[in-house]
Amino acid sequence: MKPIIRPRSATDDHPLTKIVLSTIAIVFIALFLFMPLLTVFSEALARGWQMARDALIEPDALAAIRLTLIVAAIAVPLNVVFGLAASWCIAKFDFKGKNFLITLIDLPFSVSPVVSGLVYVLIFGLQGWMGQWLRDNDIKIIFALPGIVLATVFVTFPFVARELIPLMTDQGRDEEEAAVSLGASGFSTFLRVTLPNIKWALLYGVLLCNARAMGEFGAVSVVSGHIRGLTNTMPLHVEVLYNDYQYVGAFAVASVLALLALATLGIKSLLEWRFADEIAAGHHH
Amino acid sequence: MATLVLPRFRSRSALPGFGLSFAFTLFYLSAVVLIPLAALIIRPWELGFDGFWREITQPRVLAALRLSFGASAIAALINSVFGLIVAWVLVRYRFPGKRIIDALVDLPFALPTAVAGIALSALYAGNGWIGGPLSHAGIKIAYTPYGVMVALVFIGLPFVVRTLQPVLADLSRDAEEAAATLGATRMQTFRRVILPSLAPTLLTGTAMAFARAVGEYGSVIFIAGNLPMVSEITPLLIIIKLQEYDYAGAAAIGVVMLAVSFFFLFALNALQAYVSSRR
Repeated sequence: MKPIIRPRSATDDHPLTKIVLSTIAIVFIALFLFMPLLTVFSEALARGWQMARDALIEPDALAAIRLTLIVAAIAVPLNVVFGLAASWCIAKFDFKGKNFLITLIDLPFSVSPVVSGLVYVLIFGLQGWMGQWLRDNDIKIIFALPGIVLATVFVTFPFVARELIPLMTDQGRDEEEAAVSLGASGFSTFLRVTLPNIKWALLYGVLLCNARAMGEFGAVSVVSGHIRGLTNTMPLHVEVLYNDYQYVGAFAVASVLALLALATLGIKSLLEWRFADEIAAGHHH
Repeated sequence: MATLVLPRFRSRSALPGFGLSFAFTLFYLSAVVLIPLAALIIRPWELGFDGFWREITQPRVLAALRLSFGASAIAALINSVFGLIVAWVLVRYRFPGKRIIDALVDLPFALPTAVAGIALSALYAGNGWIGGPLSHAGIKIAYTPYGVMVALVFIGLPFVVRTLQPVLADLSRDAEEAAATLGATRMQTFRRVILPSLAPTLLTGTAMAFARAVGEYGSVIFIAGNLPMVSEITPLLIIIKLQEYDYAGAAAIGVVMLAVSFFFLFALNALQAYVSSRR
């Protein structure tokens, strides 16, 4: 029979220390993480379900939801294709400057979201490099869908690649070389050998990429122009409503985004727990 | 036929697809990231160096830079202390609900910044759950520089905790045991044995939290109040300049922020190389 009370080992903290530190940690997490989350839902439902529901089905909110889905549907696949290409050439081949290339791929993570939007305004904006030409040819990029997509692609750029590169590097190229030497084409090797090996890591990357794409605020805010019903994504719609003192509406839309975040965290934890070895374990952000 | 031996850009491989994937990677990277960043770096110099300098030394810009760096530094410091405690508790202790707390640590990564912004603002406002009791005690958080700090603590916490956790889990207990057998108290062991071996990692996580905080926008602007010279952060100033069609001015501030990002990227890479060389 196992003893119920284990004697304290030399590397265990004193029970009192444990209680104090655990309390500090839990209170800190509750104050800074849990209460803001709770606030979102409680403010959304402050005037009952009906008001919250109405705020979600009014035309501007629906337009914002649609735009957010469209932007993610373009930006995420683009970054998946890029992530696959980048990880294939980086993980399966040796070439000079590889580490430098990896650093460049990570670059968008260290740039302020506002700066990420700014760079496109400087190119495509009215007084940007191509501003005059775009105006003459009646092409709208800034304050329109293309600008929002570009800014989103920029901020979500590294997500898929940085999940795949370490994993595929670890896996090496033996299996692919065997397939190719047995006569498989490059494409079918990728499809039948590489892809099954990386599918969970790919899903993990897509999950994080999508969450950020749907939730991005700063970068999109710079290029969107905040035109209600036209260029407002969900986070921007939240801002517009909040600044209009329509708190129930703002928090209702925000609670949809918060649910998306919670679902993302749930699936992420599930993937980490179930497929730890297949998604480059211990690899966090 | 004689083979010509040239230094090769890449070594031979039996696998196909290098040319295509490498070319696409470079093209996409250049189109989305490198050329736009180059456009930013070039832009403010149309003002000349003096003009650039004048832009970034305006009192309002200097006040915003001071707030952004100051609040980020304090928030990173708070996170380094509480992040260490949270990571320690999550790695070393067992208690009910631990997994939920662990998953919750990632919330600032997953929650859209605008959502975090309005939630923190409602929470810390004079009639909020936390702001209410505090305002009775005469403490104002929302719409002051303290509000900026609260938002930056929120977004920075996971960087410290997630950087520390794997290192803390790998930390060998032999040294701790040795210290204990030699008569060290738990506190002495922590200060002399554990903390020194965690220090580079703690520094890495804190620097990451700081770097992220300096550029943060969405979670800050709702709670900040955005008073010029008092609670106006640097990224907001870029947006204000853009709204005034002062592209060069916006780009000048953008270049300063980009330079800070590059500096931190470089410093963090160096720090991580140092950490992994010691492990």
